[in-house]
Amino acid sequence: MSSARAVFRSILPFLIGAPILAALQPVMPPDYTLILVAVGVNVVLAVSLNVVNGFTGQFSLGHAGFMAVGAYTAAKITLALSGVQFGFLPVGLSNQLVFAIALVAAMATAAIAGILVGMPSLRLRGDYLAIVTLGFGEIIRSIIENMKFLGQATGLSGLPARTNLVWVGMSAIATVVMARRLAVSTQGRALFAIREDEVAAEAMGVDTTGYKVRAFVISAAYAGLAGALISHAIFLATPRMFTFIRSIEVVVMVVLGGLGSITGSVVSAIVLTISLELLREFQAYRMVVYAILLIALMLTRPQGIFGTRELWDLPFFRRLIRDRAVAAAGPAGASPVQVRDDSSGPKGVA
Amino acid sequence: MSANPLEVAKVTMRFGGLKALSDFNLTMRPGELVGLIGPNGAGKTTAFNAITGVYTPSEGDVVVSGERVNGLKPHDICVKGIARTFQNIRLFKQLTALDNVRIACHAGATSGFFDSVFLTARHRQQEAHILQRAEEYLAVMGLTHRRNEISRNLPYGEQRRLEIARALATGPKVLCLDEPAAGMNAAEKIELLALIRSIRDRFGIAILVIEHDMRVVMGVSERMLVLDHGVTIAQGKPEEIRRNPKVIEAYLGDAYLEEKHITVPVESAP
Repeated sequence: MSSARAVFRSILPFLIGAPILAALQPVMPPDYTLILVAVGVNVVLAVSLNVVNGFTGQFSLGHAGFMAVGAYTAAKITLALSGVQFGFLPVGLSNQLVFAIALVAAMATAAIAGILVGMPSLRLRGDYLAIVTLGFGEIIRSIIENMKFLGQATGLSGLPARTNLVWVGMSAIATVVMARRLAVSTQGRALFAIREDEVAAEAMGVDTTGYKVRAFVISAAYAGLAGALISHAIFLATPRMFTFIRSIEVVVMVVLGGLGSITGSVVSAIVLTISLELLREFQAYRMVVYAILLIALMLTRPQGIFGTRELWDLPFFRRLIRDRAVAAAGPAGASPVQVRDDSSGPKGVA
Repeated sequence: MSANPLEVAKVTMRFGGLKALSDFNLTMRPGELVGLIGPNGAGKTTAFNAITGVYTPSEGDVVVSGERVNGLKPHDICVKGIARTFQNIRLFKQLTALDNVRIACHAGATSGFFDSVFLTARHRQQEAHILQRAEEYLAVMGLTHRRNEISRNLPYGEQRRLEIARALATGPKVLCLDEPAAGMNAAEKIELLALIRSIRDRFGIAILVIEHDMRVVMGVSERMLVLDHGVTIAQGKPEEIRRNPKVIEAYLGDAYLEEKHITVPVESAP
């Protein structure tokens, strides 16, 4: 495979996604846009949390804290640069550029927060880790609540409207692509090994602490991205948007979809967000619905809707991929059982 | 500095007041097959854990290829060339046989997270290389046909073999097998012995075997160490060990008596 082709393949999902989103954006009514933004943000959150909770098997409850870090970072930047225009660019483009910078900065600061939280807490396991991450999430929130610079409890308002379908859609694609490519790489397998058996992973040369921190940092960065996006969709960043209830919502999405399944996280993020919008009149019962959903799921299907499987593991898609692999490799070359590994199979010939 | 792949010098492991292992010495030369035996609770697995970094020795040194490794984390020691299997199988149960081995090939991987996400050339080369190596090790252990099966679903004997394949895939200089024949029947044990020998011949690595079954370990090893209550009570060739009175008393005693009871009960009765 030539390098130009490799680059093309690596950015292909974005090349497909961008024009579709750009075409959709002007024709979408504003209320639908807001719902879709919420869906996209939740996809980013759920898939990124899945990297820690599903892939690596570490139970984190602090996702909202990293969202807050990202949201406030981006808000501060867009507010500070709201009057600034890059001279060589038209106003609209200049604003988008500022927002892009803000998003990158949001991811960076959230990642730094991820390192600070991850380093001490990832020595713990299971329930202990859950409690500690929950605590850190709340600490981040109460720090913000007490900083004049960040508007204390009232937060930062009057943020410029920068989040649109393209930004959200591309972020969701970026998150899914990241998770998917991670899952079929040697780094991803190291994370799975930690989930399966930490002692054995360590004995097989996997730096378990290092990889746990890495997974945590990656996950935190994307949570920061989600926070930045949502705050620029509702023009507001307040500490109340990032309580631990928000973290739990994301955990519910991940568990519901199936720990370790990217498809599961995406599907349950979409379904839960839209159904919550439909149930808006019954807002008060929201957490009750969540709880009932979870109880029902745990009783009937404790591994989540998808388990650890993906869309492409389902029989229909497996057949599809196999046919493609057989067609590509010729009847002699392909073994019929070689389908699970769709990344390495067709890749060689693509 | 010696070039021996593994030198264990005067290692003592203390847990509170308990001396689980005292003054343990072991030199593994390249390509050597050494057996480590002893009754239950003699400190065999403790010795393994001290070598592979699960425990940090209270005293003494573990030296891998001339480099002192005590205090290093197990994953560092693994990269330096000591691989192990576990007494109670510890596979990555939900993952396929291939992925189990591929994870072990990760040791020394140079591609990073960004390579994986952006599918760089380095990532692709690495993945291809890892896949090729993993397939090789599966083939060596006769597990190619199980490639895509979830490891939990493999028969017991194959799980044991997969664990060895996985340990080999880390590219060790010394392979430590913790009771590889545990729970196997006689035929499987014989097969396993032949396999262990062929691994040694093929890869030229030193192998340290903990074993409970005397016949297994006598048949396979060139040199043996006997532990009892954490103390090395004997070492030497299998024939010497068999005749060593201390060993007979500490370990063989029971087995021998049992055997005698079975074979010559009339003779021993007055």
